[in-house]
Amino acid sequence: MRAAGSPGSIRRRLLVQLALVAALLSLAFFLSLRVVAERATEATQDNILAASATAIADAVYSDAGDVRVEIPYSALSMLGTVSEDRVFYRVILDGQTLTGYDDLPVPQGRGARRAPLFETYGYRDDTFRAVVVTRALTAANQARTIQVVVAQTRLGLAAISSRITTTATAIGVAFFLAATALSALAAQNALSPLSRLAEAVARRGPKDLRPVTAETPTELAPLVGGLNSFIARLGAALTRSEDLIVEAAHRVRTPLATVRTQAEVVHLQMEKPENRAALRQMIRAVDESSRSAGQLLDHAMVTLRSDQLETEEIDPADLLRDAISRLSPTADLKDIAITLQVPGDSLRIQGDPILLQNAVRNILDNAIKYSPADTEITVRLIGGRPCRLQFCDQGRGFEAQDIERLPDRFSRGSNVDDVVGSGLGLTIVQDVARAHGGTLEIAANPQGGGACVSLVLPSY
Amino acid sequence: MRFACLALVLSLWSADAAAFEIEESRQYPAEGAATLRILSTADADVFDPIIRAFQTRHPQVSITYDVASSAQVMTALFEEGAVYDLAISSAMDLQTKLANDGLARTYTSDATARLPAWAKWRNQVFAFTQEPAVLVLNASAFDTLDVPKNREGLIALLRDHPEVFDGRIGTYDVRVSGLGYLFATQDSRNTESFWRLIEVMGRLAPRLYCCSGEMITDVAAGRLVLAYNVLGSYARSRLADTPGLLVVEMDDFVSVMLRTALIPKTAEAAAEAGLMIDFLAGMDTRPDLAARTGLPPVISGAPEDEGVIRPIRLGPGLLVFLDTMRRQTFLRSWTSSIEQD
Repeated sequence: MRAAGSPGSIRRRLLVQLALVAALLSLAFFLSLRVVAERATEATQDNILAASATAIADAVYSDAGDVRVEIPYSALSMLGTVSEDRVFYRVILDGQTLTGYDDLPVPQGRGARRAPLFETYGYRDDTFRAVVVTRALTAANQARTIQVVVAQTRLGLAAISSRITTTATAIGVAFFLAATALSALAAQNALSPLSRLAEAVARRGPKDLRPVTAETPTELAPLVGGLNSFIARLGAALTRSEDLIVEAAHRVRTPLATVRTQAEVVHLQMEKPENRAALRQMIRAVDESSRSAGQLLDHAMVTLRSDQLETEEIDPADLLRDAISRLSPTADLKDIAITLQVPGDSLRIQGDPILLQNAVRNILDNAIKYSPADTEITVRLIGGRPCRLQFCDQGRGFEAQDIERLPDRFSRGSNVDDVVGSGLGLTIVQDVARAHGGTLEIAANPQGGGACVSLVLPSY
Repeated sequence: MRFACLALVLSLWSADAAAFEIEESRQYPAEGAATLRILSTADADVFDPIIRAFQTRHPQVSITYDVASSAQVMTALFEEGAVYDLAISSAMDLQTKLANDGLARTYTSDATARLPAWAKWRNQVFAFTQEPAVLVLNASAFDTLDVPKNREGLIALLRDHPEVFDGRIGTYDVRVSGLGYLFATQDSRNTESFWRLIEVMGRLAPRLYCCSGEMITDVAAGRLVLAYNVLGSYARSRLADTPGLLVVEMDDFVSVMLRTALIPKTAEAAAEAGLMIDFLAGMDTRPDLAARTGLPPVISGAPEDEGVIRPIRLGPGLLVFLDTMRRQTFLRSWTSSIEQD
């Protein structure tokens, strides 16, 4: 068990403390039960003693001025009915022993004048409970005082007391066990909102920054409040960094366009072939940077929109035709033919058109970029549920070990060091696919050397 | 006489009593060093088979068997602190007083645990026989008379036929017999008829006896027609060799005396005394001994109260009639009723 000061487990602390309380209560219960029961049995013995002494006192009579007593059989036999205790008695007339045991002490104590007086004392090597009953009597015109003392050992009382102790112990232990079991249940029950909250928070997706709305007990409200305010701050921080990226990309793109225009102008004026080659390289680099900045913007937008999809019904064939028509000029530059194969039936998917446009454009852009000149790119729309948008090129393909990590941010294939790229393209596609409940599949092209990239989307 | 006086009381533990009197003493030597000293009210001849059977089972124990009256047993143990290892007495009240006043040792064993609760007190006093008080009649005298079934019937019979019974009825002199006193006081407790019976007997000049044996002898010889409160065990054992005896158990109630044993505080061979108590407590498994001694054993598991059969209850109630003043009063009433001439 941990030291009391260390945080440890709430459940264990609750259990230990509740068990301690239960133990204390059981002990108190045990003691009070014993005290009450023993008082009751003592009172019973006292009552029988008083009845016995009273019966003897009632049997005192005056015979021609002589005070005599005829001890009733029941007065002493009643003391032997319950237990086998030793019994002594003494009848005293005005301080003189009339009959009985001469040396039996008279119980001392204060009480009402005619009420029986009790005392526990040692006598003849044993402990006795004794009573004295006092009676006034008139014999031969003389006021006399009769005292009847009856004493009994406490053997029966000890036997009852031992039985009571056994019972009280059993009840106390049972009470403690029951209370501890109930404490365990109570601790479990009291802590269940905490585990529910922990589970709800743990189950959240990596991008779920919504505030926690699960119903929580009052005691947990500050924690949930704190958590929610932390989530809000985290969200704000994320938004700010996305904003920064967008802003940065914007700021970079515009001067880059200027640089490119100027470079082209200079390129036309240059006559030395080595200068022209250097300038062409520069222009290509500027193009790549501009493309990367564009992809950063795309990525930021995808991230933003993924959280709140604005879906509408879309024909994926239109999506593909649109993208192909946009990128045909780029493909033409490298003499790359793009063929589109769509099924006869029209398909419908539910999605965010801007995000899907973005994803399709990025896949196609990648295919063109990594395809050698004078090759073919095949775009297929394969119907069914889900439907599949497949782009197959004849480029260099992917290394098998790269396929798993390619969709990660800023991750690029190990065979593309000679081509400038941001490593964001497939990340964007993957994010869009996920936001729509679909997947991104990368495989080798079965026809020729290139790769096939598929966007798998739920359809109906 | 085979049945000597068992209880001879002149005055209970009176201050002027000299050293206690032993009526008979027998030695039963054995090889072992331990000697068990028994002080008993039972006749040495009666107890002889028991002691021999005990020595057969425990051959190492030597035994000294002293016979004294119940009053002398009390004097020896209560006043003189005589050294005995076992006290056997028919005077339940005196045995109870010894235990109550702290002069007995506690003893427990498997054998005593098997004794019924009413046959032991404080694990200090152990009963081993149950002997009823009966009416013994001379059969020839009752040829024409009805045998009384209860005390009311007996009173009516005595009243109606004084010519038959005058001077020819016997009972214990309760002033001298401890057992007679015990039976008489229990009678007075159990029935309202007791004092009327004593009154009626008193008018018929009763003969008073110290002991059951003499009463039975006199009934058998025809000197008595009727003897009241005779020890049933003795009467039954005489039936076989004494023609003309009738033994009647009353149907209103029968007082049953329990013969008891206890180990005095002064005991030096307490372990051997415990062996004897175990042996006596197991008497119900030895019908041969019961037959030879005429002592009916305590039956384990027998109910305390079989209707009219009332074993006298061990316990503080027995102290009541030992109370000096109560005893004086009782004896005075009894004497004035029984001695009317």
